[in-house]
Amino acid sequence: MSLAAPPARRPSPIAWQIATVTAIRAETPRVKSLTLAAPSWPGHRAGQHVDLRLTAEDGYSVERSYSIGSEPERTDSFDITVEEISDGEVSPFLDEEVIVGDRIEVRGPIGGYFVWEASGAPAAEPLFLVAGGSGVVPLMAMLRHRARAGARNPTRLLYSSRHLEEVIYRSELDALAAADDGLEVVHTLTRSRPEGWTGYNRRIDDRMIADALAPLGAGARCFICGPTALVEVAANSLVRLGLPPDRVRTERFGPSGT
Amino acid sequence: MATDGDADFDDAVLDGNAVAGVLASTFGWDMTAMPSQCAHCHNVNITAELRAYTRAPGIVLRCPTCSGVVMRIVETPTSTLIDTSGIAWLRFERR
Repeated sequence: MSLAAPPARRPSPIAWQIATVTAIRAETPRVKSLTLAAPSWPGHRAGQHVDLRLTAEDGYSVERSYSIGSEPERTDSFDITVEEISDGEVSPFLDEEVIVGDRIEVRGPIGGYFVWEASGAPAAEPLFLVAGGSGVVPLMAMLRHRARAGARNPTRLLYSSRHLEEVIYRSELDALAAADDGLEVVHTLTRSRPEGWTGYNRRIDDRMIADALAPLGAGARCFICGPTALVEVAANSLVRLGLPPDRVRTERFGPSGT
Repeated sequence: MATDGDADFDDAVLDGNAVAGVLASTFGWDMTAMPSQCAHCHNVNITAELRAYTRAPGIVLRCPTCSGVVMRIVETPTSTLIDTSGIAWLRFERR
């Protein structure tokens, strides 16, 4: 009898490393996307996030998690999308002060639960995405990935924003929905509507979830990301509509994190 | 996800996704999809579905069914302390 050699321990992909900001793009007046390049970035899956760590000269450091918005098909860099939050410790820096060439500590990619991969799902399996505000970011990674992978599964994004001008990725979502590959985007605007708006005008509720899900049916795989209250409403609605809880994946964000 | 604050949606509870980074760097791999049994009510939960309270010197993860404390995590400059007394068992998938 011989003992097999123990398998080599996989190098941990989650150590901190330095990333460089290579591009900054305004998405809305209060939201920017940053492109980050890290030399030993192992690539990500759609839906994963990354931790950022900022350290002040006196050694005080803060960490925050940001979803990755870019598609996994782009491997040399990744995008995060940052909303300016007036009393946040990190977002004002990322939104106002950071410039191309800045270096930021990153750890990731992180997460294996809130992930969708075109190759890992039955080709015709419907996909139902529900977003509130910047909760659209990981879902955008899924939609960009879906488009790049050539998937044509019936897919709907129900996206709640306060005002039309706060809809993140608006023109790109319009373009993706116009591609005639099975994607529909449904907006609801909770605070103000432009003249002639015919879409939803209220917070996400049971009836809106039921109506938005109906064309896809109860066989859909669901991902919900947004403020905790929105996630609870949407997830509970879907389970009441008969979707198995393990097909309803959720990610909550809220006030200052770790 | 973005874990910086937003006064308009001031709800204090996050979920296990928010602590995936500290768990992954402590245990060596992703823990968000891992099932574990709550020692209080014996419900089996996925880490990502645990309730995460992060506005404190440490992090508290609670069972979504019974609200019992499942895990407490404190990071110091040199170490990470994880109290797992609220977990009956957890399952790692070997790859």
